[in-house]
Amino acid sequence: MATAALQPRRTIFARPTATTGWYSWLTTVDHKKIGIMYGVTAFVFFLLGGLEALAIRAQLAVPDGEVLNADVYNQFFTMHGITMIFLVVMPMGVALFNYFVPLMIGARDVAFPRLNALSYWIFLFGGIFIYSSFFLGGAPDGGWFGYAPLNRDLPSHGMDFYAVGLQVLGVASLAGAVNFIVTILNMRAPGMTLMRMPVFVWMTLVVSFLLLFAMPVIAVALFQLMFDRLFDTTFFNVAAGGDPLLWQHLFWLFGHPEVYILILPAMGIVSEVLPTFSRKPIFGYAAVVFAGAAIGFMGWGVWAHHMFAAGLGPVANSAFALSTMFIAVPTGVKIFNWIGTLWGGSLRFPTAMKFSIGFIAMFIIGGLSGVTHAIVPHDAQQTDTYYVVAHFHYVLFGGALFGIMSGLYYWWPKIFGHRLSEKLGSLNFWLWFIGFNLTFGPMHIVGLQGMPRRVYTYPDGMGWNLWNMMETVGAFIIALATLVFLFNVAVSRRKGRNEAGSDPWDARTLEWATSSPPPEYNFAEIPIVEHRDDFWHKKYFVGPGRTAEPVFSGGAVDHADDEETEPHIHMPSPSYFPLIAAFGMLVSAYAVIFALPAVAIGLLITTLGFFGWVFEPGTAE
Amino acid sequence: MATNDTALTPPAHEEHHTSTGLDNTKMAMWAFLGSECLFFGSLISTYLLYRSRAGSGPTPGEIYDIPFTSVSSFVLLMSSLTMVLALAAIQRGDERGLRTWLLATAFLGMTFIGGQVYEFTTFYEEGLALSKSPFGSAFFMATGFHGAHVTVGILMLLALVGMSMAGRLTVDGARKVELIGLYWHFVDIVWIVIFTVVYLVPTE
Amino acid sequence: MKALSARGRRLLLGGLLGVFSILGAACGGDAGPQDFLSPEGPVAERADGLWDLTFAIAAIIFVIVEGVLVYTLVRFRRRAGRPAAQFHGNTKVEVVLTLIPTLILAGLAVPTVKAIADLAEEPQNALNVKVVARQFWWEYEYDNGLITANEMHVPTGQPVFLTLEGQDVIHSFWIPKLTGKQDVVPGRVNHMQFEADRPGEYWGQCTEYCGLSHANMRLRVIAHEPAEFDRWMEDQQEPAAASVSGRAAEGEEIFMQNCITCHAIQGTDAKGRSAPDLTHFASRGTFAGAMFENNTENLKAWIDNPEAVKPGALMPDYGLSSDEIDAVVAYLQSLE
Repeated sequence: MATAALQPRRTIFARPTATTGWYSWLTTVDHKKIGIMYGVTAFVFFLLGGLEALAIRAQLAVPDGEVLNADVYNQFFTMHGITMIFLVVMPMGVALFNYFVPLMIGARDVAFPRLNALSYWIFLFGGIFIYSSFFLGGAPDGGWFGYAPLNRDLPSHGMDFYAVGLQVLGVASLAGAVNFIVTILNMRAPGMTLMRMPVFVWMTLVVSFLLLFAMPVIAVALFQLMFDRLFDTTFFNVAAGGDPLLWQHLFWLFGHPEVYILILPAMGIVSEVLPTFSRKPIFGYAAVVFAGAAIGFMGWGVWAHHMFAAGLGPVANSAFALSTMFIAVPTGVKIFNWIGTLWGGSLRFPTAMKFSIGFIAMFIIGGLSGVTHAIVPHDAQQTDTYYVVAHFHYVLFGGALFGIMSGLYYWWPKIFGHRLSEKLGSLNFWLWFIGFNLTFGPMHIVGLQGMPRRVYTYPDGMGWNLWNMMETVGAFIIALATLVFLFNVAVSRRKGRNEAGSDPWDARTLEWATSSPPPEYNFAEIPIVEHRDDFWHKKYFVGPGRTAEPVFSGGAVDHADDEETEPHIHMPSPSYFPLIAAFGMLVSAYAVIFALPAVAIGLLITTLGFFGWVFEPGTAE
Repeated sequence: MATNDTALTPPAHEEHHTSTGLDNTKMAMWAFLGSECLFFGSLISTYLLYRSRAGSGPTPGEIYDIPFTSVSSFVLLMSSLTMVLALAAIQRGDERGLRTWLLATAFLGMTFIGGQVYEFTTFYEEGLALSKSPFGSAFFMATGFHGAHVTVGILMLLALVGMSMAGRLTVDGARKVELIGLYWHFVDIVWIVIFTVVYLVPTE
Repeated sequence: MKALSARGRRLLLGGLLGVFSILGAACGGDAGPQDFLSPEGPVAERADGLWDLTFAIAAIIFVIVEGVLVYTLVRFRRRAGRPAAQFHGNTKVEVVLTLIPTLILAGLAVPTVKAIADLAEEPQNALNVKVVARQFWWEYEYDNGLITANEMHVPTGQPVFLTLEGQDVIHSFWIPKLTGKQDVVPGRVNHMQFEADRPGEYWGQCTEYCGLSHANMRLRVIAHEPAEFDRWMEDQQEPAAASVSGRAAEGEEIFMQNCITCHAIQGTDAKGRSAPDLTHFASRGTFAGAMFENNTENLKAWIDNPEAVKPGALMPDYGLSSDEIDAVVAYLQSLE
């Protein structure tokens, strides 16, 4: 274990040394611990976002509902969107990137462990900051998309929390993106060429580049909104000559790559789970990888399909209709290749596999409804109705969340050393599947029957009552399914239950080549990689008849948990300066809204944090 | 890799092997600068949209003082030269030269900022404010954020000077200087784009 | 199907039956006043034609792909003595499966782009109406200078060409059965067109989130046979008749003291333009952004406390007594 620094200049700079207890979590720079913190925090926000959804559904269960008034409803639907996108799906992806990318590439940690910790603390503080708005004058109420000029006119502090809060979260994402790009490009084990990396790692790389280039665009838009609200600039002040469409262009230039940021991690997970439980490699690895990169690249050329009703004109609308249609092609490639992975396999269906297959089935629906949006004259009907709400919930819930659940069930034994109960997992899956389809399936119908989005109520006699009631029932089934998951987590922890060794699924990639959970240094010896799915190749070879035959040397597990042979590997020391720097940002965030001069205090704290970071002694060699 | 290798300053610690051969921190800086391109690109695009919306306030043609801004642009350009000289100094082990050229760079940067402050104050007195018109908002936002980036750069340059004086650049110092140099040159290039697009290209 | 157990077969059939009956219920018949799967005008019908084609293709793809998926899951379940086949891909299959979607999409692209171009052409011999959107109601101004609110009257069989202007935030004008929506963006001028085939009342609402009462910003388009439309237009252009009844006259006096800052009634001193023109208010079936039926009870509640019945409504509460409100309502109901 890392020791205290050789020559601390001042004791304030001595690196903390705790490895257990809560203080070790506050100062950790270990990607695995950070991954767990991201996951737990994101799950708590998932529960909050889910409660918001339940409230919305309770209000919309019947016409002229009286559960929430218009003001509260508008805050709830705004926060539901912000929560699920920025505080759940994105950080869940990051949680799994954090835990598994270093393991999958045979590295001991990410390139910049303290920067990694900084990203987490900024995320946590950013989320707390945004949610504190409920108690400080009202939560954001302009929709997650916050269109101008409404966004600058809304009177409560809500939209200030929106502008500042998303800015703070953006810093965390950007830092994380830089970290993962450098980690993946620079820290692969010897022999792991890019085309030998697991698909999940490739998707992390594509997502990181998307974040790198998309976050600055929304940062500019948010600065413009912030300055309009705080300093009376005129970016979106129509009377002074401002153009509301500027916001939309900037927002969606970010916003469309953002949806690929949301879905690609789940696609990566599915690309790992399917081969393991089909017992054969992914079908068309290169195509799956290139399709992911193509989706990332083409995703920059479709943004104005969110603006088909904004009046951009027939030429622009046609161009974006075409680009939107054609982005379905690489998406289709992935779907066909996943089915090709299943084809000819020997399929087992543990919960992880159920969720991955559920992903494919639901994503086909969401993808098809997405293509119908590209038919511009009909999108003029569909847009801003529940038909669109159905589409994006099929791809984000049926897609991203199902994929994340698949990853959780799959990787749980690696992280915690025990499996989650398969019986409860199956119940979790089916309840979630039924509840999900009952909630969002009818939204296609009620949207096509003319029910708009973002409405706190609707009148009787529109033909929408039955569908809305069904959707509400479905939402509560989803809630029940979530409770089953939590129950599963709780009961599976009991000692001795479902204990898992290093490779409980007989899987293919390097994370399974070390103990469950891995030691702090991940691998006693950095593996030398000779194939894609190198771990699988240590266990099997392809014999005549194109079937897998076991290799006699029997498993390639890294024997790192032998106490006697505990290797002397120096890992980066913990540090509390990332926490301090992040805290300074929280102070500045509140100051921007409530006491502008106090921003200097926040900046000072952050600067001190960075100074300590720079000057603290390095890890003892 | 070994772009930092010098005959007189052998690496005192084992260089970490990387898959691409490029140092981690250098790759990180390039990635970060890539995202900054989008950041400034969005600010400049906004300016392009709003430059002819001056409302009742002064227009670009009325308010810009091209000769003045040309001089401060030249100053900033020269600071890139001194930055290069600073890097060359540490690469040959000359820490005193390093500090001289770093301070020169910082000084030129501060002169540029001083010029910006003077220019902004003059514009304000002539009726162009952040809140005056979309042109005003977009102009001050783009140039203001650029100025903030230059200021952060100056602080980092001074920090490097301090580190050198404290003897913390004897090991691996050239890499750190190169890193800040990359940032500094980028900020300079952004200014060249801004100067051309915002000041030089006439607004009808 | 063979590979499924009897129970599995029953579950699958039951599930499919459930889903298809739901879909049948959805698609069959006219399902509501804003249902655009049953269009009633050529613009909406053009879009609907594209939808029929696209949906058919999507449904076929859905059945095939999901079918192959389910088949794969059943056929390749783990079975003793049948190990997984270790292949990495099949370039020919992958190329074909990339080309087919590309060709299908190209096939969809052509009629789509054509429709976009056609629908962007300004129609000949159209009735022009300027729509001004404000939180949370709609103002309509005809070429001849007539100004009304919320309920747009149009003749059948003639294209209507709308010019959309915004006054505060972005709204979106939408009449599902007649046409897709178009945003009303402050600072920009947008256009849209539609035509009603048959006389009738067509419902719509604002479809761009615009604040507290976005849900309550509704509208009606009322189509008449051309001759009847001309008669309506003539009646609307008459100024308000001088009121006769004592009660209405009392109401008129109260109205002129309180309401004329914002409202207009042609032929009187009321010339406010920031709220709906009320000249022929009693001829409307709804009010307050087509949110309420135009009857006594609703009018009283509205005038008494607009914000209480329509959150965020910009009409102030003038603190009128119940008696005063009754009088004003009587006046408004005299404005045929």
